[in-house]
Amino acid sequence: MAERGGRGSGGHGSLDKSITLPPDEIFRNLENAKRFAIDIGGSLTKLAYYSTVQHKVARVRSFDHSGKDIENEPLYEISVQEEITARLHFIKFENTYIETCLDFIKDHLVNTETKVIKATGGGAYKFKDLIEKKLGLKVDKEDVMTCLIKGCNFVLRNIPHEVFAYQKDSDTEFRFQTNHPNIFPYLLVNIGSGVSIVKVETEDKFEWIGGSSIGGGTFWGLGALLTKTKKFDELLQLASKGQHTNVDMLVKDVYGGACQTLGLSGNLIASSFGKSTTADKEFSKEDMAKSLLHMISNDIGQLACLYAKLHNLDKIYFGGFFIRGHPVTMRTITYSINFFSKGEVQALFLRHEGYLGAIGAFLKGAEQDNPNQYSWGENYAGSSGLMSTSPDVYPMQRTRSGTFDMFEMDRLERPLVNLPLLKDPSTYIPDTVDLTDDAMARKYWLTCFEEALDGVAKRAAASQPDSVDAPERAEKFRQKYWNKLQTLRQQPFAYGTLTVRSLLDTREHCLNEFNFPDPYSKVKQKENGIALKCFQSVIESLDSLGWEERQFALVKGLLAGNVFDWGAKAVSDVLESEPQFGFEEAKSKLQERPWLEDSYSQWLERLKEGPPHKCALIFADNSGIDIILGVFPFVRELLSRGTEVILACNSGPALNDVTYSESLIVAERIAVMDPVIQSALKEEKLLLVQTGSSSPCLDLSRLDKGLAVLVRERKTDLVIIEGMGRAIHTNYYAALKCESLKLAVIKNSWLADRLGGKIFSVIFKYEVPCK
Amino acid sequence: MEPLRNGGGAEDKAWRRGADAGPPRRWSGGGGGGGGAAGADSSAAAGPSGRQRRDSVRKNRPLFPWFGLDIGGTLVKLVYFEPKDITAEEEKEEVENLKSIRKYLTSNVAYGSTGIRDVHLELKDLTLCGRKGNLHFIRFPTHDMPAFIQMGSEKHFSSLHTTLCATGGGAYKFEQDFRTMGDLQLRKLDELDCLIKGVLYIDSVGFNGHSECYYFENPTDAERCQKLPFTLENPYPLLLVNIGSGVSILAVYSKENYKRVTGTSLGGGTFFGLCCLLTGCSTFEEALEMASHGDSTKVDKLVRDIYGGDYERFGLPGWAVASSFGNMMSKEKRESVSKEDLAKATLITITNNIGSIARMCALNENINRVVFVGNFLRINTISMRLLAYALDYWSKGQLKALFLEHEGYFGAVGALLELLDSA
Repeated sequence: MAERGGRGSGGHGSLDKSITLPPDEIFRNLENAKRFAIDIGGSLTKLAYYSTVQHKVARVRSFDHSGKDIENEPLYEISVQEEITARLHFIKFENTYIETCLDFIKDHLVNTETKVIKATGGGAYKFKDLIEKKLGLKVDKEDVMTCLIKGCNFVLRNIPHEVFAYQKDSDTEFRFQTNHPNIFPYLLVNIGSGVSIVKVETEDKFEWIGGSSIGGGTFWGLGALLTKTKKFDELLQLASKGQHTNVDMLVKDVYGGACQTLGLSGNLIASSFGKSTTADKEFSKEDMAKSLLHMISNDIGQLACLYAKLHNLDKIYFGGFFIRGHPVTMRTITYSINFFSKGEVQALFLRHEGYLGAIGAFLKGAEQDNPNQYSWGENYAGSSGLMSTSPDVYPMQRTRSGTFDMFEMDRLERPLVNLPLLKDPSTYIPDTVDLTDDAMARKYWLTCFEEALDGVAKRAAASQPDSVDAPERAEKFRQKYWNKLQTLRQQPFAYGTLTVRSLLDTREHCLNEFNFPDPYSKVKQKENGIALKCFQSVIESLDSLGWEERQFALVKGLLAGNVFDWGAKAVSDVLESEPQFGFEEAKSKLQERPWLEDSYSQWLERLKEGPPHKCALIFADNSGIDIILGVFPFVRELLSRGTEVILACNSGPALNDVTYSESLIVAERIAVMDPVIQSALKEEKLLLVQTGSSSPCLDLSRLDKGLAVLVRERKTDLVIIEGMGRAIHTNYYAALKCESLKLAVIKNSWLADRLGGKIFSVIFKYEVPCK
Repeated sequence: MEPLRNGGGAEDKAWRRGADAGPPRRWSGGGGGGGGAAGADSSAAAGPSGRQRRDSVRKNRPLFPWFGLDIGGTLVKLVYFEPKDITAEEEKEEVENLKSIRKYLTSNVAYGSTGIRDVHLELKDLTLCGRKGNLHFIRFPTHDMPAFIQMGSEKHFSSLHTTLCATGGGAYKFEQDFRTMGDLQLRKLDELDCLIKGVLYIDSVGFNGHSECYYFENPTDAERCQKLPFTLENPYPLLLVNIGSGVSILAVYSKENYKRVTGTSLGGGTFFGLCCLLTGCSTFEEALEMASHGDSTKVDKLVRDIYGGDYERFGLPGWAVASSFGNMMSKEKRESVSKEDLAKATLITITNNIGSIARMCALNENINRVVFVGNFLRINTISMRLLAYALDYWSKGQLKALFLEHEGYFGAVGALLELLDSA
């Protein structure tokens, strides 16, 4: 029912003022902070604020080439500019630090026009005066449950892999769920000192449908009486070591050995504490704590199931301090829900459960900014990730910043939606391999990213030769990403399902964090320039071929272009040492047909026999040869067939992937040389759009809304996904409602080996949805 | 369910307290000569040519004695039918050990140190299978079961050729002991079948002219609350909540059609077990007595403790318990509560929780009459009134809590009825 109550009492006296806070780690970007919110529980405080972050971004701008010698000029101008983006910061710390933190905030708060701070949580009233005095802000209290639910809706909508099921006895303890497009209705069971059961039907409509007084406070209070152990966490530790069968009366204690023949499960608890009905026997603390834990968890699970049944709901999210990251309680609650619902209902937990109240309070105060209008993304660089709070289970060294758990979200400039062509958005999983599940693969990829790290840091530093502090920032980047990789080795579930995509994205976030927005901008510029020079000769040679030969050459060109990928270590080695490594050489590296995955004949057949596609959506991959000599000739052929083309490129930079703004310049330059492209652009038969993403991979459930609208308008009936990141690491198994073509060259020998091929093996996967 | 041992008594003291005075492991030494007679009788009855006992002989009637046994997790419930219409001829032919059993059971109200006959529950002038008699209700702790079997063996119970009908988990657990120690074959019966059969039967015959079933009128008003008889005519459907060591909840649609809806391990055993740990008490009566003098609001965190009054957003009254034992998170408060307060809080916690689960089941099953039975409710007016109150309050008057006078004995009655039906 309420937040945890007991431990905070008397907290004022024991405030720890001795700590000094490292400002670049905690309470970041306070200078521009506004709209504060605070959620004070019984032992933890969660602070939220909205801030703007100044970022360096690489911008490209086309030169005016008229009358100039374009041979020796760079293709376009690159400038580094400051961009301001919005970010949500959430910090969680123990109540004992509250005064120190408030002082720190006061000292660093410069530009704020904020007058109020939204406050929620059971402890809000206790610290009201302190907050008002320290910050000079008026405390505006918000209802606990309203905040909790607002926060819950927000994370369910915005954070991929927010939700997980807990399975203790499986290899993957944390089984993350795909975000369902429709998050309602659901049941939120908040286990604080008591239990509140709330049914949430829409964004604004929720109802308290019941509760129970047997909750976390019962475990804590009764546990303290029984075991003389004062702290909640210690009680949980005791419980995890105990044997409840010494204290509980089991079915087999009542029925004896006959359980099996009767089909009864003898280990079920017939009566909790049924064996302690005696004054002359001693029971161990551990056993009593365990019995209490089972009793309470089972009871809550049973009630939750009864309420779920009555209201016909199958999604139950559990939260509150009783649950909060404790494997012990997540396990017993999961067991209970399975038992009482006979497996029909799944107990679900949230990665950012501890922040819900703070997020909700923040949203209440930020309604003017309309946060719900935007899409938000978790910033992996600035977020601590899900930590297990049980030191026994995960013996991680708790650093200073471990005391301060952080969660940051970036506001995305445009809303993200599902690709309308996904066959089943509710079951779509972008990633091909779940590294949380696959220990072998996890080990390989973590090592792979570790090994590549020095090179990435070096390249980042080299990309800003004019910046004095570039080497220092590069080193900071290196350290930060290294630490993330180490965390993920210990706790692969820290940021949701661990995937190659999440590893790549985290690296991009870390690079951005230290102002390396686009380390490959110059490389891309150069490669685009070189490739453009070859465009006409490539087109000429293609045009000289017969139809069938040309189709094959186009596909080969697309694949060869895809060899140029700075993300793959094997290729970046070659590119570093042989800058003239050409298009033809790339073609010669390709595997001969039959390819590793080869449905080229079906594709050719389709082109030959079927009517032209109405509209093709192409997700492009790399800059330079790939986009210019691979993709554009292919686009040109489609256009000639009468197929409209939507060419989708990343909104922001990632490795040497072509960005939307680069693609505009490239298209413009090609248009000058090629009348087909020129007229298609003019007649809007070739449309360049942005994906909304800055990832080297592709999540078809989070795409720019404009793209989705266009896809629908143009009645897109073919989707082409190119490149290892987008077609193999992600979307390899993605099922679409229309025809699709997934092609890539495998530039990683381990992955090639795993798929049963060799390095530079070709994937050509043409799929037609079954009717 | 509630053991009756006195404080400090180790297990072996229970039935055997009389050991100093006479042979060990017997109830009270009553019927001293029974042993030998039973021995003789036993050999006579063993052979096919032996004299037929005629005391209760009629084709469709089982031999006396008529017992029904319900062996629960904590307590054994025994019902015994004492025929009052024994003819002189029957009396003459009644074998010696049968007579001694009858005399022993009906002339005592306590057996050993832990066996008790609930005299106030006795059903008088009952007609069963054409015989008139009284039905006696006896209980003793399950851990004294071996001593009970031993006694049966010493009294040559097996020679009576009666069928011992037993239900409850213990019917299975002790089956082997009955066979080896007592030379007795148990007829094991389904617990829930017996329970329902017993409830329906006792309700139909009434309680010596009074109503078996009752309810509390004005349960939400402490002043005006009173116990009133309830007529369970057309009883279906009803939700039957049996609170023993644990709790079983059944939805009953007709005599034959019922299902177990759910159960909870938070039952009478939990109340008593936690009380023993928290207060050092050793009997159920003691625990209840303590509870009656305690104040649970010192132990529990109420809604008003958190919100200063009602939590209107959710329509929660200030007096509602927000967190059972929630105040005990604080050290100071832990030090300021009494054992009585803790006992009361334990009782309130367990009772409210049962009420809550029962209410949810009633809603899910669409049933509005909830009958609470089981020995947890014995001499436990606090819980009964609280259940009546909670059901009424949280259902806004839609649900009615009903209670039965013979609380925990229905399983045993059902077992006895099975014996009669099968003959």
